Amino acid sequence: MGDQPIVARGLTKLFGDFTAVDGIDFQIERGEAFGFLGPNGAGKSSTMRMIGCVSPRTSGDLSIFGLDPSNDAAAIKARLGVVAQQDNLDEQLTVVENLVIYGRYFDLSRAEAKRRAAELLEFVQLTERSKSQVETLSGGMKRRLTIARSLINQPEVVLLDEPTTGLDPQARHILWDRLYRLKQQGVTLVLTTHYMDEAEQLCDRLVVMDGGRIVAEGSPRSLIDDHSSKDVVELRFEADQNEASAPALHGIGERMEVLPDRLLIYASDGEAALQEAHARGARPQSALVRRSTLEDVFLRLTGRNLVD
Amino acid sequence: MTIALRVIPPVIRTARRPQRMIERSLMVYRRTWIIIVSGFFEPLFYLLSTRVGLGQLVGDVSVNGKVVDYATFVAPALMASSAMNGAVYDSTMNVFDKLKHSKTYDAVLATPMGIGDVTLGEIGWALLRGLLYATTFLVAMVMLGTVHSPWALMAIPACVLIGFAFASCGLAAVTFIRSWADFGWVPTATMPLFLFSATFYPASSYGKWRPLLQISPLYHGVALVRSATTGTADWSILGHATFLLAMAFFGLWVGSKRLNRLLLS
Ligand SMILES: Nc1ncnc2c1ncn2[C@@H]1O[C@H](COP(=O)(O)OP(=O)(O)OP(=O)(O)O)[C@@H](O)[C@H]1O
Ligand SMILES: [Mg+2]
Repeated sequence: MGDQPIVARGLTKLFGDFTAVDGIDFQIERGEAFGFLGPNGAGKSSTMRMIGCVSPRTSGDLSIFGLDPSNDAAAIKARLGVVAQQDNLDEQLTVVENLVIYGRYFDLSRAEAKRRAAELLEFVQLTERSKSQVETLSGGMKRRLTIARSLINQPEVVLLDEPTTGLDPQARHILWDRLYRLKQQGVTLVLTTHYMDEAEQLCDRLVVMDGGRIVAEGSPRSLIDDHSSKDVVELRFEADQNEASAPALHGIGERMEVLPDRLLIYASDGEAALQEAHARGARPQSALVRRSTLEDVFLRLTGRNLVD
Repeated sequence: MTIALRVIPPVIRTARRPQRMIERSLMVYRRTWIIIVSGFFEPLFYLLSTRVGLGQLVGDVSVNGKVVDYATFVAPALMASSAMNGAVYDSTMNVFDKLKHSKTYDAVLATPMGIGDVTLGEIGWALLRGLLYATTFLVAMVMLGTVHSPWALMAIPACVLIGFAFASCGLAAVTFIRSWADFGWVPTATMPLFLFSATFYPASSYGKWRPLLQISPLYHGVALVRSATTGTADWSILGHATFLLAMAFFGLWVGSKRLNRLLLS
């Protein structure tokens, strides 16, 4: 075995007879940022909960730090940090108390828990709010506090389930910056997201999930190279005209996707493709040439958009 | 030894840190200590009302062959009922929100803490409060002259046992509760127990209904506390204690199993 804190083989989760996670394989290397990218219901949280030892797997193998979650949950959890999808801060306690009691759950001494709490509040820029009740914090602050809390035991691996969903752009950037610093300190990050920009910003490697399965795997760059063209031309026609405009544009670029609200042409040279479209008499209301993103990869692999 | 172990549910046996859950509760209540202090006055007023009010109207009563005045008769029953109510409150109201809304336990379970720690810790907290209330209650009883034997001290462990039985079953019950509206059922369960557990009249006055008393857990609690404060204990207390212990372990089994299913699915 190499230095892989998490290895899954044929990992499966059933709820009743519904298959939420359908026999997935992955391994996560020490020190990397690994992402699960997928739409609602893809099985991301179910996978994270199995790794976090709070949901027993139905079948398959799962090894975390070389241990089995069904036998050694406490020992594994002692070395993990967890940020769940839904905020679950202790609303009956203040900001700093949230960190201190969490440290106590990990058997830290009171003095050590307090010391680390102060340090972590500094790290997530919440020192001034130390004595506030949790419910008075903004969404972004709560998320930062949750991340601080997940670090109280100095974990080797941090699990982040949609760390920035629902936050405004500024709050997201603050969070990304903190996560980036963690990575630089050598902490392994495992995160889920349905934002392609988040995946591109943070992940060294990721798997694309859909319907409980892994449909592609690689670095953000290699996924784009493997599954999409370099450029994309986005054309928007008048309402209901997108479908009708498609036939005239056939053969331009490598591939075309017709969506309800726009037409996408995949081409290695976007500008040339756009000129060709104009030359064929296309008169879109708006036209845009951009680089391919993970969104395009996802569309290609599943025929659907990531965020609906 | 092995049999003794087997009555303890598996997840409870593996609990290592239930005291952390109690520590959390102490942190929460550190700021709301007034609630705990006010717990002292409630029994005091209750007892006063039986002393100056009811006690004047009702004559003496016989307990295990010993004749006592009505206030002495009824005070231990109020003490037992208050242990029941406190335990039920702490294990239902206090737990429901953390379980269903604020997801406190989900966060706790992401650490080395387990279901056994949560279960034992929350019941332990209820017992700790029960211990405090029982002690203040006994002090109030001494002040009002309704205690006639040093055996009265045994009323405190008796109340803790009542608390254990009701807190365990309360915890089991709260896992079935879907919304705050369902809490309307709690008094539906505790009120009849309060009224029909040889609380206000001796068991002999229940006539042909008397055997039914045996199925009321509070009756067993009242009998224990009353035999302590009046100093009239006999071997029957073993039966009463066994009943409450059995109820406590039943609640532990159901409660820990249900919590496991709800929180670790
Ligand atoms: N406890 C449960 N009981 C029954 N079904 C569940 C349970 N948890 C999840 N599911 C189902 O399993 C599927 C996968 O859910 P999961 O939460 O893992 O998806 P996700 O990728 O995290 O989605 P989202 O982006 O919405 O968070 C969904 O269809 C969901 O309804
Ligand atoms: Mg999810």
